[in-house]
Parts: sequence; C-alpha cells; structure tokens
Amino acid sequence: MAEALAVLTRPADPDPPGLPFRARRVRPGTALGVGVATLWLSLLVLIPLGAVIWRANEKGTGAFWRAVTAPEAASAVKLTVAVALVVSLINVVFGTLIAWVLVRDQFVGKRFLDALIDLPFALPTIVAGLVLLALYGVSSPVGIELAYTRAGVVMALLFVTLPFVVRTVQPVLLELDSDAEEAAASLGAGKFTTFRRIVLPNLVPAIAAGTALSFARAMSEFGATVLISGNLPFKTQVASVYTFNQIQSDNTLGAAAVATVLLAISLLVLLGLDVIQRWAVRRG
Amino acid sequence: MARRTLRVVALAYLAVLLLVPLGLIFWRTFQHGAGPVWHSLTTPTALHAFRVSGIVAFWAVLLNTVFGVGAALLLVRHRFPGKRLFSALIDLPIAVSPVVVGLALILVYGKFSPFGGWLQGHGFQVIFALPGMVLATTFVSLPLVVRELAPVLTEIGIEQEQAAWTLGAGRFQAFRRITLPAIRWALGYGVVLTLARSLGEFGAVAVVSGRLVGQTQTATLVVDESFQNFDQATAYAVSVTLALIAIVILVVVNLMRPEVKA
Repeated sequence: MAEALAVLTRPADPDPPGLPFRARRVRPGTALGVGVATLWLSLLVLIPLGAVIWRANEKGTGAFWRAVTAPEAASAVKLTVAVALVVSLINVVFGTLIAWVLVRDQFVGKRFLDALIDLPFALPTIVAGLVLLALYGVSSPVGIELAYTRAGVVMALLFVTLPFVVRTVQPVLLELDSDAEEAAASLGAGKFTTFRRIVLPNLVPAIAAGTALSFARAMSEFGATVLISGNLPFKTQVASVYTFNQIQSDNTLGAAAVATVLLAISLLVLLGLDVIQRWAVRRG
Repeated sequence: MARRTLRVVALAYLAVLLLVPLGLIFWRTFQHGAGPVWHSLTTPTALHAFRVSGIVAFWAVLLNTVFGVGAALLLVRHRFPGKRLFSALIDLPIAVSPVVVGLALILVYGKFSPFGGWLQGHGFQVIFALPGMVLATTFVSLPLVVRELAPVLTEIGIEQEQAAWTLGAGRFQAFRRITLPAIRWALGYGVVLTLARSLGEFGAVAVVSGRLVGQTQTATLVVDESFQNFDQATAYAVSVTLALIAIVILVVVNLMRPEVKA
C-alpha cells in the first residue's frame, strides 16, 4: 500500500513527451471518453459536493455564518483543527523516526514491522476504534483510560494516520546517497549534526507531504473517533461526528455549513501539498 | 547506542499504538474458544451484513475498475482541455470526510431533493438502499485504481501497441493483447486496495444506508451497532473477521509488490 501513497502524493500527470497524437484538435474518441468520464465524475463527486456548499448557503451567508459559529459547531471545528495539528506534529517526529529505523537499522522482524505499518490503511476505521477501546477503554486492563477524552481522540487519529509520514519519507531515505553523510562525518561532524545538516534537508519535502496528508485525514476522520470520543459536545466532539449528528437530526443546513468548512480546509491542505511538490520538483 | 535507543523508541511506539491493542482484541475474542465466535458470526443479522458488504464492495470495485482503466488511459495517452482539473477531481475524494460524502449524496439523491424525488417517482430508490451505498463506497475509493495504473501506463508507453496496429490488429485487440498483460499487476493491486477500502467503509455508508437491520446493514455497521448495544461478543467477532480480511489483503499486496516493481 506504500505505492498507493507514493502515487497519491505525486504531482498531477503532465502530458508525457512521447504522446503519439500531436494534433491540436481533440480526437472524437478522446472527446467521447472524456465526456463519459466527466459525466460520471459529475454525478458522483462534483454535483453532490456542490450541493453541500449550495445547501450551506441556501438561506444566505448570515444563516451559514450562524450555523458555523453556533457554540457546539464552532467548538467542534476548533477541536478538530487543534487535534489534527497535534496529531500531525507527533507524526512528523515519530513518522520520520520509524522511517529512519526501518531503512537504516537492522534487526530481527524488521520485514514484519515494515508490513505492519500499512495495517491502519487496510483495517476498517470502526475496527481501529474498537481495537483501541479494548486496550484503552473503560476498565482498561493496563489502567490507562482514554475513552471519552481528547487524548483518546488523538490516539485514534494517530492510529489511522500512522502510515502517511512513514511511507512518504521511507523511499527518499532509501535513495539518499551516503557519500555526503560520510564526508560530513570525516570532517568531524557528530551524528546529530550530520542528520540535521545533511539528511534532514533532503527529507523536508517528503515530511511536509506526509504531514499534509495526515492533517487532511485527521480533519476528516469519523469511524475511528466515533466510538472512543464518546461524542461529548464541547469536550470530545470532533467536526465529522458533529456533522453526523446534525444529519441524523435532520439539520442538513447545520451539517452542510460545517461540512463546507471541512471541505475548504481540506482543499487548502491539498493545494498546499501541490505547492510543496512543485517546489520539491524544481529543487530536484 | 543512539541507534539502539531509536529502535527501542520506534518499537515501543508501534507496540503501544498497534501491536498490543490488536493482540488484545484477538485474545479477548477467542478467550472462550472459537465456539461463541462462530455463533456470533452465523446469526442471520451478521450473515446478512457480510453479504451486503460483499455486494456493495463488488459493485464499487467493478465501477472503479472500469472507470479507473478508462480515466488512466485518458490521463496518460490523450490530451484534452481541462485535464489538470479532471485529474484533481479524481484525487478530491481522499480529502473529503466520509460523513460529508454521505451528506452530499443525500442532498442530491435523497427523496426530498428534486433529482432524488424524480428517481423515487420512477421507482428507483437511491438513499437508504443499496444504490446509495454503492455510490458512497465508490466515491471514497475512487482514486485508487487510477493512481495505480497511471504511472505504469506512462512507463510502458504506446510504441508496442502502435506496432500491433501496423500489423493489422484492431484497437481493442491491441489493447487486450499488448497493454492489458503489461498493466495486470498494477490493476490487480489497485483492485485489491479498492476492495479493502470498500469492505472497511463506515462513515459514508452509515449516513446513506439508513442502517436498516437485515436490509442495508453492512459488517462495519454491525460492529458499531452491537458495540453501542453492549453486545461486545458480536462487535469483537465481526471486528476480528474484518481485521483478518484486512491482514489477508495486506499479505496479498505484499506478495504482489515485487511484481509491480519489476
């Protein structure tokens, strides 16, 4: 599943140089294909997402603003952003560290561990939530009760976002030449200095990309957090759970307003990711 | 020294987050033997839910495979205006919360919307029925096949297929005999990823399915519902089954990976 990530974090496809048809005009076959694919994308993605934004603004900007700034909604959005930031920061540190260990260290069971990193992608999110509750839930066998706490929400999000930074940093580390590091070491640089001045600058684009993805995921996650958060307004209720509750109680305007804010933040993050990638490509 | 410290920290992190919780749930599920687990899994509700999950996943995989092959070919081998936008639209679902996906589909296909009402009037119910669940699942797993195929298609180029055309092969024949064999591993990989994502979908399906027991309830919905109803045995049994499916998929993917790279 690492490849899935690698391709997802790649810049959008440019026209390949060997493209056989240099004609300016779009060929009829192409036009038909694009038409059908666009129709499907519109029915599935574009019109429904447009409907969310439309519903949020249907009763005017004032109503939209009131729905977003309603105390419960605002608190859920703020908590979500804060929690996503914390999760992303932890992922920067531990994701890079795990990638480092998986590439540079040798120990028994490394291959197993490497495969294990992808498990959060394959595991249904609701199962992830339940798995964490079994250990850190009420009457926890190890005495750590995280259910219905913000720490529990962070834990659940760390679980589902684990692979992002690891899988973006790992391939870069693998391809990194050790020449520069050896040169630095021979000139008397300590291990930490070598890492900070030689290795880290090469990893920054990958770390940024992985972090942006884990931030976007943490903002939007629902299945893993719904059980462990306990859904307490003003305390553990994240934006996706709030949206879900509003849909259940037929307040689609309130749901659509918060959903629009979530969409906007996610789009900004993806846009940022695109900028990072272009910058990295230009930098070589 | 430093190396060992890093290793211990990494291992401890993974143990606390992944290994110990996962091990515990397996242990708890089977602590009274396999009998009760089997019993929980073979209730009519559970069996039906697994069937619904299977049906929904089947359609999502089918739709995304057809769309994925077509869209990847368009992106790699053709030029047309708005290509960047088209490409961005395919990636968009990654960033959208499953709950928002569900809401979006309800707003368009629910019976209180003009389009959904019209469909309903013609006897085609989307929301609170299988079609809506298939749409939701297809939405969340949309980019997986395309993004596996596009780089492989770029790499193999089109020269061989062109050679086949000059030798008199039709377009479809050339595609089937030249390109399809070359992309089959990437395609298989994309399909397996889509399957995993589809079987595991929860949020979007929770919104659009209406969660009618014995009708639109999927396996992941059973996990949630039985946990909320303090039926821990069923929640654990279904979870462990889903986790085992995920692990099998992971093993398959790991076995396929070298083939994809070659």
